[in-house]
This record gives sequence, C-alpha cells and structure tokens, in this order.
Amino acid sequence: MPLLTLTDRGLYCEPGDFYVDPWEPVDRAVITHSHGDHATWGSRAYLTSEPGIGVLQARLDPTAKIRGVRYGEAVSLNGVTISLHPAGHILGSSQVRLVHRGEVWVVSGDYKTDPDPTCTPFEPVRCHTFITESTFGLPIYRWPPQAEVFAEINSWWRFNASVGKTSMLYGYTLGKAQRLIAGLDPSIGPILTHGAVERMTATYRQAGISLPTTHYAGTAERRADSSDAIVIAPPHASGSTWTRRFGTQSTGFASGWMLVRGARRRRALDRGFPLSDHVDWPSLLQVIEATGAAEVWVTHGFTGPVVRWLKEHRVAARAVQTRFEGERDDEIVEGIEEAKLGS
Amino acid sequence: MRLFARLFTAIDETNATHEKVAALVAYFRGAPPSDAAWAVHFLIGRRPKRLVGSRKLAAWASVEAGLPEWLFDESYQAVGDLAETITLILPADGVSSELPLSRWVEERLLRLRGEDDDVQREVMLRSWRELDRRERFVWNKLITGSFRVGASQRLVIRALAEVSGVDEGVIAHRLMGDWEPTAEFFQRLLAPDTRDADLSRPYPFFLAHPLEGEPAALGQAGEWIAEWKWDGIRAQFIRRAGKTFLWSRGEELLAGRFPEVEEIGALLPDGTVIDGELLPWSDGKPLPFAQLQRRIGRKNLGRKILEDIPAVLIAYDLLEEGGRDIRSHPLSQRRERLSSLVGTVASAGRLLLSLSLPFTTWEDLGDARRAAREVGAEGLMLKRLSSGYGVGRRRGDWWKWKVDPLTVDAVLIYAQGGSGKRAGLFTDYTFGIWEGNHLVPFAKAYSGLSDEEIRRVDQFIRRNTLEKFGPVRTVKPELVFELHFEGIQPSTRHKSGIAVRFPRMARWRTDKKPEDADTIETVRALLKSVTREEQT
Repeated sequence: MPLLTLTDRGLYCEPGDFYVDPWEPVDRAVITHSHGDHATWGSRAYLTSEPGIGVLQARLDPTAKIRGVRYGEAVSLNGVTISLHPAGHILGSSQVRLVHRGEVWVVSGDYKTDPDPTCTPFEPVRCHTFITESTFGLPIYRWPPQAEVFAEINSWWRFNASVGKTSMLYGYTLGKAQRLIAGLDPSIGPILTHGAVERMTATYRQAGISLPTTHYAGTAERRADSSDAIVIAPPHASGSTWTRRFGTQSTGFASGWMLVRGARRRRALDRGFPLSDHVDWPSLLQVIEATGAAEVWVTHGFTGPVVRWLKEHRVAARAVQTRFEGERDDEIVEGIEEAKLGS
Repeated sequence: MRLFARLFTAIDETNATHEKVAALVAYFRGAPPSDAAWAVHFLIGRRPKRLVGSRKLAAWASVEAGLPEWLFDESYQAVGDLAETITLILPADGVSSELPLSRWVEERLLRLRGEDDDVQREVMLRSWRELDRRERFVWNKLITGSFRVGASQRLVIRALAEVSGVDEGVIAHRLMGDWEPTAEFFQRLLAPDTRDADLSRPYPFFLAHPLEGEPAALGQAGEWIAEWKWDGIRAQFIRRAGKTFLWSRGEELLAGRFPEVEEIGALLPDGTVIDGELLPWSDGKPLPFAQLQRRIGRKNLGRKILEDIPAVLIAYDLLEEGGRDIRSHPLSQRRERLSSLVGTVASAGRLLLSLSLPFTTWEDLGDARRAAREVGAEGLMLKRLSSGYGVGRRRGDWWKWKVDPLTVDAVLIYAQGGSGKRAGLFTDYTFGIWEGNHLVPFAKAYSGLSDEEIRRVDQFIRRNTLEKFGPVRTVKPELVFELHFEGIQPSTRHKSGIAVRFPRMARWRTDKKPEDADTIETVRALLKSVTREEQT
C-alpha cells in the first residue's frame, strides 16, 4: 500500500486520512500553494505554510479554516508526520514531506530553483518517493539568466517610455506579477496595476514582502500621463476594452512559454519575456537527483518524456495523471482564478 | 550575420506594419548591397533547395546537445518548427558573428550542396558553435528553407520603394522571374530608370464584394449582367511588344506554368490586356479545383499532365486595347470588344468568353444561382453594365453572389497539434459522421473557431484523450461542429467514400449531442443531390 494514492479527488494519504491539493472539497487538505489548480474551495480544514496563509485566505472563502505551519515544522496526523519545505514557486509555496513508518515521500507542488525576492528559496528534500511537476519537462526549456530577462524588460520599458508608448506587461496575478514588480526599475516611470494584481500585491505587502510603489490603474486619469508607465495586468486582460485607456502601447508577456516563438506569436504580442516560476529542464533533473528518490512520480506537464528519460537513466518512474494533466498553458488556470476573484 | 539577425528580431518583435517597414528600410540603407540582395532573396520567400535533410539536422543537433532522438522529436512537437527546436536544444550560445550574411550564404550555406554527410555535419556544428542564439535561429531558418518571418513580400517591396524612391509596382516587377542575389542585382533593383518594368506591368485587379441578402436591392435587373463565378486562378493576360505575360492575382508572374494558355499570346494584337480566370477544363466544363492544384504543385509539366488537366482562360474583361487603357469605359462596351476579340482568335478552345447568363428578373437569377454547383461554379458574379474597371475591392458595381455552403454536423474524433503560431495547441481536427453505430472519419478542418474556442476545445482534448498515436490523439466523441464546405465528390481515397472541398468549422454546436450528428446516409444523399446532373 503506497503512502499516497491517486483518487478522483486528488492525491490521498490513507493512513493520515488527508489529501494533498485536492480538486474537490474534502475534510482535510494540505495545500502546496494558492494557485487555482492546487487550492480549491470548500474543504473543511486546510493546512499550509505560515507565509502562505494570507494569499490562501485571499483566494478561498474568507471563512475557510486555515492552519499555518512554519517551514520545517513537523505536525502529526493519524501517525503520519507532515512538514512543509520551501518550493520557491510563489509566496508560501511548499513541498509536502510525509513520513510514515520510516518511509519518506515528498510532493513537490510547483517549484523553481531560481532566486525570487518575493518568496523563500527552494530547498531540496531527500526522500524515497518524489512526486514532481513537469510543466517545462522538455530540454527546449532552459531559462536564460534572470538578470538578463529583467534587463530586457527594463530596457523595453525605457525605450517605450522614450517614444511615448505605454508598456503593457502581462503576467499571472498571483506570484508572477509580484516577482515582476520586484524586478522593475522604478526610476523609469510609474508602475500601474490591474485591480486583481493590485489586490494580490497588497496581500504580499501585508505578508512583509517589500515591493516598489504601485498605483492602481483604475484610478489613473484616462490616457493622462500613462505614456511612460508600465502596466502589470493578468493575461486575460490582453485585448480587452480595459487596455484602451492607456493609449499607444507595446505589449509583452512574461512566462516560461515565451521561450517558444509560436506561443508568443499566436497571442499577437510584441514581446515575450521568458520568465518562469517553474523549474526548467536542467533544474528539474538536478532536483530529482538531489532528492535521492528511488521512485519518481511525474505529474502536471510533459509527463511522458520526463518518465521515459528517467527510466532510460535507471530511475523508477511513472506518470500520474492529475485533473490538470497536460495543462500546457497556465492560462486556463489563471482564467479560473480570475473568475473566482470576480474581476 | 549579426545585422541580419538584428533585422529579423526587429521585424519579429512588433506587430505594427510601419515599424516592420522602418526596420527593413534601416537595414537596406545600412547593409552592404551584397548582403541586402541576399536579405531580399530570403525575405520574399526564395530559398535554395533543401540542402540538408531535416532528419540529419535533427540527429546532429541531438548529438551536440547530448539528447536521444526521441526526445528531440517530443521537443519538435511542442515547438512546431525544426529550426527553432534545434536552436532551443543546442548547448550554450557561441559568440555573435561579424561575418557578413553574403559570406555566410556563399561560403557556407551553398557549399553544403552535394557534400557528403561528414562535411555537412562539420559545417553545421562549426556554424552553431560560432553563432549566438538569435543568429543560430536565423541560420537554421535559412538552412531549413522556411524563412517566413512576418515580413511579407509586400512589406519588403514597400521598404525598397521607400529606400529608392522608385514606384512599388516597378520594384515588384524587378523581383519577378530569375535573378541572382548579387550586389549588382540589388543596385539594379533600386535604379531610378523604370522603363524596364513598364512592358509587363499588370493593372491592379478589380474585386467584387460578397452580396449579402437578395439582389433585388441592387435595383433594375436590366442594368446588370450575370456571369458564373469560377473557382480557379484569377489572372491577367498581357500581350505587349511581342511578349506575353501571365499574372496571378497574387501578383505572381505565372511564366511557364500554363504554356497552352500563354501560346494564345502570339495570336493577340500588341497592346492587349485581358482579365480572366485560369481553369482546368475538359469537355466543356471545369475539372475540380484539386486537379489544378496538382498542376500548380509541379515544377516540370510533363505531356501527360498537360493532357490530363488542360487549362483554359475564361475571359471576363478587356482592360487594354491597342495599347490604350480602356478601364474607364463602361462594361457593356468593354465586353462587346472582348467578345469580338475572342471571336477572332483561333485559340482552339483555350481562350473562352465568360458567358453572360440570360435573365430578365432577379427571380430568374435565383434559379441560375441554385444551378451553379451543377456546372462547377461557386455562384454568380453580378456586374453593373455601366461600370468602369476599378481598383481593389469596392462596393457598388461588382458583387459576388455565392451559393450557400453545404453543411453537415459532425463529431470531433481525432486531434493533432498545430504548428507555427498554433504550436502546442490542438488545432487540427478530424470529424466523423455516423455509419451504423460507429463514427467514420469524414473531413478535416482547421479554421473557423475563435481563439477562445480553440483554447476550450484544446482543453477538452487534453482531458478527454482516449489514445495517442504519435502526434494524433483520439478523443472522446462528444463535441459536435457544424461544418461548411463548398463542394462534395465521391472519393476512393477517403474512408467515408466522400471528399469535400474547403471544409471549415462554421459553428460549435454546443446545443447538440454526438447522436444528433449527421449519418453517412444523409451525406450520401447530399452528394447525390449535388451531382445529380452527372449521374443522370
């Protein structure tokens, strides 16, 4: 009997009687992070990392019962020891470590190893069985140095400002938007935000993350004075009437998907900035090796190629189909989230 | 290579036409003419014959990257472009290259031809190691010969016109036919003396607007003529100073593609320009368009294909007579002259006058339109007798009145990823219709859905995949689409025994269940009704 099994509600730990990131309401849910495909409403009790309480509360019903634990702090549920360890994906994101009768399992959730000033850095955790995401599990995905990407974003913004164009930068509301804001050079001009981004950014600030000043774009005077601004907005706002108030603009999207030209072109964007909150191919393999796991379950992304690669390198591996299997594009997830936020 | 890669990036990073043109202008002004000539060559879509097979490129790049080939193939499926896949998997960038484009092409690219594998491999590896990521991509694009980069021929022409001050039409003419991309050529391309181009230059085509609603709104039926609207290649036939030029509407010179039609040129007086349609034609009626496509695809037209698929020019209009531009004359006059001209030419049936269909009331015409499919036409053209021959697509005097498309409700059964812009999304679908209680593949369609719908269907496919066969997925039969198409024919090459022309998704029928989709019997009946003429 494995410690975790895949059920139609998600990953279930039978001895502990709880779920990890269930996609339907359950009694006890351990949440890796607050993105819509990992944190769903309606469960009776949630366990998440302490730094993640604020964002999770913002995403769920305000009355949801959430317990926070410090990273590394062990709690016990029906004889299963649970601890959460930083995943470096977004604020409060965790890997879930489970110990039962000496057997150690780790569920990665989404993670990245690149530094990010808006969340605690990833820590590898040794285990027997590792359940990993594989969103960017192909060798074409190798992130350029982050400093280079931010330098490109800032110089794009600087150039647009010099020719009187507003820079429209799209990125996911929770996590990516704040990471972008943290990396912008505020000396270029004002940073404006879409309502959904502004609300989430406020939640980050309440959690003690320091970010440059932003202005809610809803209060900005129509067309006035936005030509040297950068506007941070969720991808679904692209092409909407909301964007028209900013006049002449250049559009950009920050996402790992932007590494591939076709992904940018089909959105008819001017610029794509390959900035991801997931591990790229080399980091994925390094992390798997660092866990020392004898068995690897691969989920959420390019499961097939990653499993085959691992098997060819003598690692026992299998694909685990989650409900969001093959969610190649986070856009739909984001769409669900925005719908929940009612924005 | 650096300058050219920079140009590529500039074009690629904007959707604004004027910014693309500005980038091209800056490049053409700054680049040495020998480079600029090659840039023009590649940007307008010319390319050397495939020099290195894609399988070989994939293999060498995989080895260089330390990856097994199956993983290369998986990567390729996600990217949808060979040149880009190679660029993305290769190890760390080299330094950027100062070597000019012309030398990259002449000393490396062209030298690959006919070399054995080891030499080709050596050149490719060396080149990859010398170039940075952007340059590698451009280089790979040149090698794989698919250099479409969002700058159409039109934009290149516009930029060259701006650089030289020469008319766009002249530039277009100079880019026709055979030329070698040399510095001398580039200088000739921009030369201010334009006499060279005048002889072959076509007139801009006059295009019809689709008629929505009934023709009664056009006024008196007697002020109009009606002709069949043919589904061929719209073309201008020019005879001047003893030379013949055949142009397509895409402003492509069709030299050598329709020899039997070009031969008619010798029978026409100098200073003649005819607007017409090239059609595959046999026994007094058109062959299906697919037949013409077989001809278009070929570089060398053998005797057999010329016999099997003979082409004719259906003459619609006369634009120039005796060297005089008569486009402003009323259509009634132009047609009269065209008719007498065609009557005097012994063209052996290869130059035909477009019929003016007899009708007295608009109701008569409705009947003719319904018969269009039976004669192999797409519908009717309505033209005002007093109209001049205008420029571009304008409302008022010329209308196309197409027959209603044929329609079938079918179920999505297979899906495949798109390429290019649609890479990574399931956008290419196969639809089935019921034969008894199973679904038989009936048509493939790629177009007609909005981006939002594509995303939703893509999502459905990912969650409802039954099996994977390479890139193809079989999908739970649940989604119903209303397909439209223009023609339907019996076929031995299709499982359903039926082939349709130009199928597209007209609507996603979210109101229908799979069991509501059409059956093979209803589709056969449709086929019968459309082709009853031929069967009786």
